Amino acid sequence: MEFRSTLRKVRGRGLSTEGGVGHWWAERITAIALVPLTLWFVVSAISMVDADHATFSHWVGAEGNPVLLILLTIAVYQHGHLALQVIIEDYIHHEAAHFTALIAVKLGAFFLAVFTIFSIAKLAFGG
Amino acid sequence: MVEFMLPANSKITKGKTVRAPAGATRIKNFKVYRFDPDSGENPRWDIFEVDLDTCGPMVLDALLKIKNEMDSTLAFRRSCREGVCGSCAFNIGDSVGGTNTLACTKPIDDIKGDITISPLPHLPVIKDLVADLSVPYAQYTSIEPWLQADTPPPPGERLQSPEEREKLDGLWECILCFCCQTSCPSYWWNGDRYLGAAILLQSYRWIADSRDEATGKRLDDLDDPFKLYRCHTIMNCTSTCPKGLNPGKAIGEIKTALIKRR
Repeated sequence: MEFRSTLRKVRGRGLSTEGGVGHWWAERITAIALVPLTLWFVVSAISMVDADHATFSHWVGAEGNPVLLILLTIAVYQHGHLALQVIIEDYIHHEAAHFTALIAVKLGAFFLAVFTIFSIAKLAFGG
Repeated sequence: MVEFMLPANSKITKGKTVRAPAGATRIKNFKVYRFDPDSGENPRWDIFEVDLDTCGPMVLDALLKIKNEMDSTLAFRRSCREGVCGSCAFNIGDSVGGTNTLACTKPIDDIKGDITISPLPHLPVIKDLVADLSVPYAQYTSIEPWLQADTPPPPGERLQSPEEREKLDGLWECILCFCCQTSCPSYWWNGDRYLGAAILLQSYRWIADSRDEATGKRLDDLDDPFKLYRCHTIMNCTSTCPKGLNPGKAIGEIKTALIKRR
């Protein structure tokens, strides 16, 4: 049974302390960054379809490529985790599941990004 | 999780069929959503055979004919019958699907085959075609939809140039029928926190008003992942608006204003 007024329900807990425009803006910026980075990566990957491991490692370490690969990694995981956050906020309303999913996505994206960057560095510089 | 299926007590059953009088030649079937909270029964689809030769041209004319001549228990809101009051907003369509629109400005001839009429989607139903609009109204209250200015009013009127007045075109015409509001999946899933297309269009109506001095405060109140940014530019709002307005564009203008002050 609820006796709260509709206006009280609508006002709820007030504004999110995180704001909304920062998240929205970061999604757009990373999307713009991903256009050239993804095109470059897809074209490069197609050109190496038949390459062996040594050729690929050499390509990863070639001038400029590690920087672009790390930028791509950051943009992919930043954009991906922001977008997954929106999907979770849209569809998962059970409070415990909501926060568990948000934490899992944020930690998962952070872990995968660091792991990917470490792998790129290892291929480029360590072999 | 979001509920994608209707709960058991909301599943719609087959209702009664009310035949047209003998001798009627131009019969159109109107399949109308019926729900009586006092009966304890599930909602149902009633079919009314309306003789178009003795009926006005609009869907509202048919609803009035049904209520006057076939079943006086049918409940729906209506008032102006000319697209100004926003009362007779329903989901109207054919047997495949419908769109939210005003019954008074929707010609019967626009719809081939049987006509289906149900309440605005995803709102609690009070009775038959009457949906509970208390949440959208409270959301409208929450945006403080009146002119706010600290500058004392001049003798006479607060003046606007024709260019400043033009900025309100496409906004002031909104009649708050909530067709756009209830056509939006984002509003279906998060209607308790997302303000919705109609309320955001109304909010922008005051942000865009050159006489209003509360733009900063209004934008502060919208900078929230749920109140504003649940809009994912699905654009159902714009395609369904019976007044031909563009709530999607108004929401885009609010997002642009928030970016410009970063």
